[in-house]
Formats: sequence, C-alpha cells, structure tokens
Amino acid sequence: MTERYVIAIDQGTTSTRCIVFDRRGRLHAVAQQEHHQHYPRPGWVEHDAMEIWHHVRKTAAAALQSAGITLDQVAALGITNQRETTVLWDRHTGRPVARAIVWQDTRTDSLVTALASAPGADRIPGRSGLPLATYFSAPRIRWLLDHTPGLRARALAGDILFGTMETWLIWNLTGGLHVTDVTNASRTLLMDLRSLSWDPDLSAFFGIPAEMLPEIRPSVGVLGTCTEVFEGVPIAAALGDQQAALFGQTCFTPGEAKCTYGTGSFLLLNTGLSPVASTHGLLSTVAYQLSGQAPVYALEGSIAITGSLVQWFRDQLGLITTAPEIETLARTVTDNGGCYIVPAFSGLYAPHWRSEARGVIVGLTSYITKGHLARAVLEATGWQTREVVDAMNADSGLALRTLKVDGGMTSDNLLMQFVADVLDVPVVRPMVAETVSLGAAYAAGLAVGYWPDLAALRELWHRAGQWLPDMSPSLRTAEYSNWQRAVAHTFDWIQPSGG
Amino acid sequence: MGKSVCMPGPVQSIERAAAMLRLLATSPGRRLGIVEIARSLDLAKGTAHGIMRTLQRVGFVAQDADGKYLLGDALLHLGTSHLDVNELRSRAINWADPLAARSGEAVRIGTVADGRVLVVHHVFRPDDTPQRLDTGALLPLHATALGKVLLAYDSSAFASLRALDAFTRRTVVSTRDLALSLRAVRAAGWASEIGELTPGEASIAAPIRDYGGLVVGAMGVSGAIERLCSASLRPDPRLVGYVRDAANAISRDLGGRS
Repeated sequence: MTERYVIAIDQGTTSTRCIVFDRRGRLHAVAQQEHHQHYPRPGWVEHDAMEIWHHVRKTAAAALQSAGITLDQVAALGITNQRETTVLWDRHTGRPVARAIVWQDTRTDSLVTALASAPGADRIPGRSGLPLATYFSAPRIRWLLDHTPGLRARALAGDILFGTMETWLIWNLTGGLHVTDVTNASRTLLMDLRSLSWDPDLSAFFGIPAEMLPEIRPSVGVLGTCTEVFEGVPIAAALGDQQAALFGQTCFTPGEAKCTYGTGSFLLLNTGLSPVASTHGLLSTVAYQLSGQAPVYALEGSIAITGSLVQWFRDQLGLITTAPEIETLARTVTDNGGCYIVPAFSGLYAPHWRSEARGVIVGLTSYITKGHLARAVLEATGWQTREVVDAMNADSGLALRTLKVDGGMTSDNLLMQFVADVLDVPVVRPMVAETVSLGAAYAAGLAVGYWPDLAALRELWHRAGQWLPDMSPSLRTAEYSNWQRAVAHTFDWIQPSGG
Repeated sequence: MGKSVCMPGPVQSIERAAAMLRLLATSPGRRLGIVEIARSLDLAKGTAHGIMRTLQRVGFVAQDADGKYLLGDALLHLGTSHLDVNELRSRAINWADPLAARSGEAVRIGTVADGRVLVVHHVFRPDDTPQRLDTGALLPLHATALGKVLLAYDSSAFASLRALDAFTRRTVVSTRDLALSLRAVRAAGWASEIGELTPGEASIAAPIRDYGGLVVGAMGVSGAIERLCSASLRPDPRLVGYVRDAANAISRDLGGRS
C-alpha cells in the first residue's frame, strides 16, 4: 500500500512554507521561501499578495519533489497563516487592489482613535471579544476603502473581496471559493464571537460593505477542493497561526495552554465551549471548531517584547554576538544581583495595557555586571509570562497545571527553567518544534479521517524535554514583588504633550 | 583541493592570508577596502577577494557597514573555546529532535569540559515515560560514546586523562586499550559504548564538525542494549546511520565538512 501524507501550508509573516507530515506526525519534507517586506512609510508594513501566492506554488512543487511523492498520496491540505493581515482583491481579475496590510502595520492609528469615540464603539469588545485596536483587520479594510479612489463603489457593487491570507490562498487554490475559518474571522473585529457570523452592526460601524466578506466556516472540515497546485486535494483545515500552534500542541481540554516564544510571545489557554470575557486585558478568541461541533474558545495574552529584548541586548548594547550567548553570559552569575529590566519599549501589553509606559533598568549598583543584566533580560520573559498566566487564571477560573512551550527561545535552558520556577508548574517542550504547521496538518488530517479523533492526535504528541519548578516559595514571592515594583516604575513616563 | 600534494611546502594562499591579516592589523584605522588590500600585495582583486571571503567565513576578518575589512572577533578569542555551547545547542536542536523521533531513543549532545563530557542538550526518549533533563550534567569521557568521539579528535583531552574509573565490568580502564579503540573511532567516524557506564545500557555517537573539520561536539543516542545492539552485541547499523546523518547535517549547517 502506498504511504499517504498530509501537507500544511504555513503562510507566515516572513516566509511561506510547505511541509509534508507522515501518519506519525513526523516532518517528512519541507520547502520554504521568504517574501519581501515593504516599509513604504514609518509604521507601514506591506506584503505583495501575488508574490506570496507564487511562493505557495514554488514551495508546493519543491516539497512534493523533496518528499518524493505524488498528489494522489496527499490525503489533505491544511492552511495556517499570519493573522489579521488584510488583502483586498478584484473578484473578476483576481488582482489585489493594493499590497496586503500586515498585522504589524500601525497606519490606522488615527482612524482607530477617531472610531473609538464614535457611537457604538463600546459594543465592540462584548460582541467581538477584542478591544478596538490597530492590530485587527477591520480598520485596515476601512483604511483601504477610504484611501483607494473608487474602491468603495466597487465594493458595494460586489466586485471587491476581502480576505486574510488563508482566504486569499484558498480563493486562488480553488479557483474562486471565498471562505474563511472561525479563528481568522475572530481576529477581524467584525464577527460575533458567540454566533460565529458577521455582525451587521459591526460592519456598519466600520463602514465595511457585507458583500466583501467571505463565508465563515469551521476550522476543521473540508473547505473546498484544489483546482490549482494540489489539483484534486481537499483543503480540509484553516487556522490562524497561534491557534494552529495550540492545536499542534494538542491543547484540546479546558485549562491546557501553550506559549510560543519568539521575538514576542503568544500564550493561548483553551477555555472550553464558551468565550470568557476578560477583565484583565486578555483577548477572547476562537481556538478551533470541528465541523458539525460547537466551537472551542481560548484566551490569548500577547507579550510584545521577549526574544526582541535579547536581540536588543545583542545589537544595541553589543554585550553578546549571538542570541544563544545570553545564556552563557547569564550563567557567569548565580542571580540577578537585585537588577530588573522591564522592556516596555512601546508601552506594556497584557495585562497592563499602558501605552505611556517606557522601559526601565532598576536596582543598578556598582556590583552589577553584564552577567546580571543578561539574567535580568531572560527573567523579564519569565515574569511577563507569569503576569499573563495570573491574568488567565483570574479570568477563566482555571488554574494552569502545565505550560507547553515552542518557538526559538525554548533552546534557552536557563530561561525555560526560570519559567517553570516562577509559574510553579512544569514546562514541557514537544518533540516536533514546528507546532504551527503541525497543527494545520493535524486539523486537516482529522477532517478527512487520516487520523480518527483528537485522542489519536494526543498520542502523537511526545515530550522532548521538561523543566520542573525548583525555586523556594519565599524566593518566588519576593522576586515577583520586586518585579511588580519594577513594572510600576515604567508607568506614566511619556507625558501628554502641549502642557 | 581535489588533488593531493606530494611534496610538503608552503601553501601560497595561506601565506597570502597571513599577509592580509598583518596588513589589517598594522594599517592606520585598522580597516581596508579590497582594492587597497589587492594593491598592497600586488594581487588580482578577485584573488584577494576570495581569500578575504574565506577569512570572513571563519570569523578572522569582518566587514563594516561601508564594506571595508577589519580583524574579526574570532582572532581575538583564539585561545578560548570558539563555539559557545548554548550556540551549539541552538544550532543543533532542530536535528536532535528528529533523531530522537526516528531512533526512538534519548539524544544527547556533548562537549569537553574539565576532563568530562558536558551534556549541552538532551532530548527525551519519545515514549513519554518519566525522564529527567540532564543538560549541564558531566559524564566520563572514557565510558560514553560521546566521550570516545570527543577524545578521538582531541589529543590534549586524551593526554590529560587521569586514572580511568571502572563503572562496570566492561569499562575500558587501560589507557592503551582506550587509545586502540579511539583509533578505530577515527577510522569508522563514529563510536559506541556497550554496558561500559551502566549495565544494560549502550550508546552510539558521531562527531559534529565546524569549519575546516574541527570537532566542536558529539551527538548520540543512548538506551537499552537490546534496542541499540544486535544479539551479538553489534550496534544496530540503522541507528548508526541515523546518528551519523544527524551529526553530519549539523556539521553542514555549521559550515564544516560532514
């Protein structure tokens, strides 16, 4: 019998990858292609959606060749993507009307400020689970409609389509199917988090014609069949990247959580069958939905500066030459020497949400060496994780028992031990580091019966490493209190101008 | 370097490289453009460029924002270990996980530290049984496959070995026997240890090489003898292949030959 495989397309912020997984969930082949980052003005970040589509074609061919398989051996295709990035295109020509506006782009700053005082703005968090912020898709759609001559009329006539990246790729792969999944739709500010349908009040609030919006589908279930690139292969799953990582880490039970440690970090906690309204500055979002079943929700806490603090230490201070050397430097001392670094470089995110805060280094004495600073850099990631976990425990009423981790910073042993120490729960790393693409593959394979059920996926998850808490409760309490005092020093640094 | 040279003699490109380093070290401002370097040594620009690029690759020279060359950090730190252990872990981690998944065994990466093997990375055996992360642990050089690989390519570590402790009846305790087995390791390109540290346990390891073939670490699997070896106590060739493939992949990634 010929071996069959599942393919994941991971359309990320810097690259597009096509990965082939086997029945045991092992990575069989991978192809990757980076795309251009366009920065036309300060604060603007754009991608060329056509370039990304070409990269899907190229990486697909390369991955199939590298795996030595043919399309009839592909059981299903799963798509995962950078979230909130916004593409508008012409339904008739298939050409984007402008470059895609990327999730990091802050051009809608003043638009969002204006919208915040418009009537109806107070309803947004209750309906969508999200605060009104530049981070999400709806203000970007509005910005494009406002700034592209004639676009609104074409949109009202039904000629213009909106999509996040998975929608754009599915439309191209299927020859014109216009669909999104619940996880991506839950990041637009336009979807009712309970009914999982577009909320007419929210579209009206943002001035976005309903004709532009794709049909919302479950994340796990056949969305369509490819007529391009993977001809005949079912597209059986779509998930936003962080939700895919949660799925790849098999966090299927309420109370299970994962944290992806990259330049920033994203902690998602499965909260079960009803959305949790956060009172601690977390986002309420859809984790996934299996076709024909009720959706599973998640709380999300994002930390703006984690790995990027190490990069700052390397590039701006020049105290190390590569990121992993921070651990070597940190191990030249046994503790932080009383020094704390709070990286509020552009304010603080969850759970503080203080945009006027700026970073501090506190506790400096003549005793402090660069080793202490290196420790303080790593500890900042640990304490920021603790703050988000505390907020999640408070919002959800679930007490975290284990944290599953992935991402580049999990190779830092001192950091992972510190995270376990300050959370006082075991921290575990899975055998397959590619949790984002694995999650998309799992979801697609599950939808077509390649894997029978969630329990079978759980059995594929294996522990590659585990760090157990090893810090005295009194030290943990004292250090956390110091950290919180350090955080308080960041507040109110930027003062209102014109005074 | 496709053909072997019979007569040992000066290697012109190494002499030129040395001249370039002297030139950079003594020039005012300590940085020079490629045209100046080529002119000073009366070389074609392409020739000078090729040598500078090689020196840059090994870290002996660096390039500033204007494209001028200056002496690199690696020259300043020649006396200390040139590949940071945490850097090694970070570069190896994506190959160590698949090795554990393919082999079904625990994976460790080690380097030499104070006459022992320092475990710089450890991946659990993928069966979800309770296991303890032993990154940072020290193992004996002479009684582990990791250690034998490291000793085989590090004559000073071998020379500074003291009395060889016996951990089991099978531990090699004679320096002469160990030297013979290390010769076999160099010939084969991999090492094994069968019940020499812990009764019933075995390990298989291969070298991780940096630029120029310098061995910077060893990677291997360890587990029960009946899983790692045949009935006649020979290491399973399939596992040996997995270990060597993974170590070679890391070596290629580091810029070394595999």
